[in-house]
Amino acid sequence: MSALAHVPTGSGQPATPPAARSGRYRFLPYLLLLPGAAWLFLFFALPLVQLAAASLYDPSGSLATGYALTWAFGNYPDALQAYWPQFTRSFLYAGMALVLALLMGYPLAYAIAQKAGRWKNLLLVCVVAPMFTSFLVRTLAWKTILSDNGWIVGLLRDVHLLGPDGRLLATPVAVVLGLTYNFLPFLVLPLYASLERLDYRLLEAASDLYASPLRAFRKVTLPLSMPGLVAGTLLFFIPASGDYINAELLGTPKEYMIGNVIDSAFLVRLDYPQGAALSFLLMAAILAVVFGYLRKAGTDEVL
Amino acid sequence: MTAMGHDAPAGDLRLANLTKRFGIFTAVDDLSLTIPQGSFFALLGASGCGKTTTLRMIAGLEAPTSGQVLLGDRDIARLRPYKRPVNTVFQSYALFPHLDIFENVAFGLRRRGIRKVGDQVERMLSLVQLDGYGRRRPAQLSGGQQQRVALARALINHPQVLLLDEPLGALDLKLRRQMQIELKRIQTEVGITFVHVTHDQEEAMTMADTVAVMNAGRIEQLGAPADIYEFPATAFVANFLGQSNLLAAEAAGPAGGEVPVTAHGGRYSVPVGRSRIDHGPVYLGVRPEKLHLVGSADQVPAGHQHVTGVVTDASYVGVSTQYLLRTGWGSELSVFVANSGAAGPLPVGTQAVAYWDPRHAFLLPREPGQDDRTTPVLDEPVGAAS
Ligand SMILES: Nc1ncnc2c1ncn2[C@@H]1O[C@H](COP(=O)(O)OP(=O)(O)O)[C@@H](O)[C@H]1O
Ligand SMILES: [Mg+2]
Repeated sequence: MSALAHVPTGSGQPATPPAARSGRYRFLPYLLLLPGAAWLFLFFALPLVQLAAASLYDPSGSLATGYALTWAFGNYPDALQAYWPQFTRSFLYAGMALVLALLMGYPLAYAIAQKAGRWKNLLLVCVVAPMFTSFLVRTLAWKTILSDNGWIVGLLRDVHLLGPDGRLLATPVAVVLGLTYNFLPFLVLPLYASLERLDYRLLEAASDLYASPLRAFRKVTLPLSMPGLVAGTLLFFIPASGDYINAELLGTPKEYMIGNVIDSAFLVRLDYPQGAALSFLLMAAILAVVFGYLRKAGTDEVL
Repeated sequence: MTAMGHDAPAGDLRLANLTKRFGIFTAVDDLSLTIPQGSFFALLGASGCGKTTTLRMIAGLEAPTSGQVLLGDRDIARLRPYKRPVNTVFQSYALFPHLDIFENVAFGLRRRGIRKVGDQVERMLSLVQLDGYGRRRPAQLSGGQQQRVALARALINHPQVLLLDEPLGALDLKLRRQMQIELKRIQTEVGITFVHVTHDQEEAMTMADTVAVMNAGRIEQLGAPADIYEFPATAFVANFLGQSNLLAAEAAGPAGGEVPVTAHGGRYSVPVGRSRIDHGPVYLGVRPEKLHLVGSADQVPAGHQHVTGVVTDASYVGVSTQYLLRTGWGSELSVFVANSGAAGPLPVGTQAVAYWDPRHAFLLPREPGQDDRTTPVLDEPVGAAS
């Protein structure tokens, strides 16, 4: 609100005499904030309040009969009790995808940043290129890749890693792989940015000071890439744990994550209070995870 | 030897035919030299002559194209850097920005599994006069302080050989002089072999027991600073380490204990013991401070040799006055006259005679066709930071 209140004063300033110049500059930061703040207010803060209110509606209401705000805090424990498996699954899948993404993404970011030489830009484009197509299309493509008569499943069956009628599609594996693939760039790009700044001469100094390559990695590379690592894991984990497209397209209801439940509460079952309560629970859970993580990883070494 | 727990035999550092090529460019060219254990060795050369590359090969950060690096009688040229009893003070310091000063200094000890490092680190910090700075980060220190941390971080490991790559390059003159004395003191105290790379000839001369003058990947001359200065081996050395007046001359073999030469119509001679070459094209060299100025030829003392000219420039630099004397054939000789108060200044334009004792002159090989080299080399200002 306060940002909005500055509009008349801010825009009124140019008309005032030169003596007030410093006054005009004083309001400049607020002016610059204004578009973003207004946007956030209209499309984030207001809907959030609306959603909070919806989560406290009388659960016996319906779209047809209308909802009454009865401060029904019971919606929260009810929703949690009904859908805690999906909650756990969300974080489990997102966590497994994160581990996979770290195993692939860290070496990838390191190689691009430190070893790629003149191929650096090309490789970066390759990392980002999938983003040029829509999320939905990419996930549908994975549906084809993992399909029962696709070559991957065929190969896995041939080497007996999968039974003769074993499948990948519609399994947790497919959902986790999909999550890993879809959010990998969010992990790689911030990691790349901090590894790019890493001075290789520090690694030389470490090796001059009796650190084997592994120790040099643990004591120098890793701590110095912490800012990128923290940013990347958050950018990966947060959207991944709220995602529902991957479970929807690559899994079955048995693989549904909390995003799918919220999706169906709003769009299929039309149970707005429950959808809203679940949304808030998801937000709270993610915030708790993030703060817990930042407290552990976010020592001053991160900054 | 103070090496702690190194199984390597202590001993001299020997480089044998060490060569490094980057593509077709030869950065270090068939380098062979021996650095006695416990000595302070300076590698002196203009920037780009291969000093850092040489150090990096000793440290193991660069693989030699060919040749050996021997410590005692062990060839360490193929040993990984972290397995070598060698530490480096890097030209860029390369302090770990995420660790405080204490942990930076303790880094080497910890990597070797030493648990109790506190006392050693504190002692090392006070050796480099940084007591109480342990909890700061490198970025909070001045350049000079960072340089001292880099030194402490390397020294604490008591390597057999400490490599210093222009470690004082970033310091202002006063701190540099101070640190030179300090480094020399530390080296005497700990008795570790120091290989000190610098492009500052004064630094090399004041600090080192032995100086190697490097040029284009090769050692031009190696010896005690005074020996090199008094009797350089090549025209490059004569003008890189201090200044020299080099007159293009022709020698026709020794006669008696002397080598007679002719230069620009004049006849001179140099003792055989001060001649690197005794026939063919030579340079007759005399240091500017070994030249004396008088008003006329009859004032030249017996047994001395002289050149007549006109004073074209006189710069007063406090301890001395530096004159330029234009000879009859057009070269300008540098003459440094100590401001001892014995004689008044010579104004520009006066006729003067520069004379010298033949025992202070030297003969160096010269490529046929090369002319006098008398004015200071201008492409590499002495003591300038690279
Ligand atoms: N990695 C490298 N690739 C190609 N050329 C190099 C490399 N390192 C050094 N050089 C070249 O080798 C020469 C010697 O370099 P360096 O040893 O750093 O000189 P100094 O330390 O004496 O200034 C320079 O001409 C430099 O350009
Ligand atoms: Mg160098």
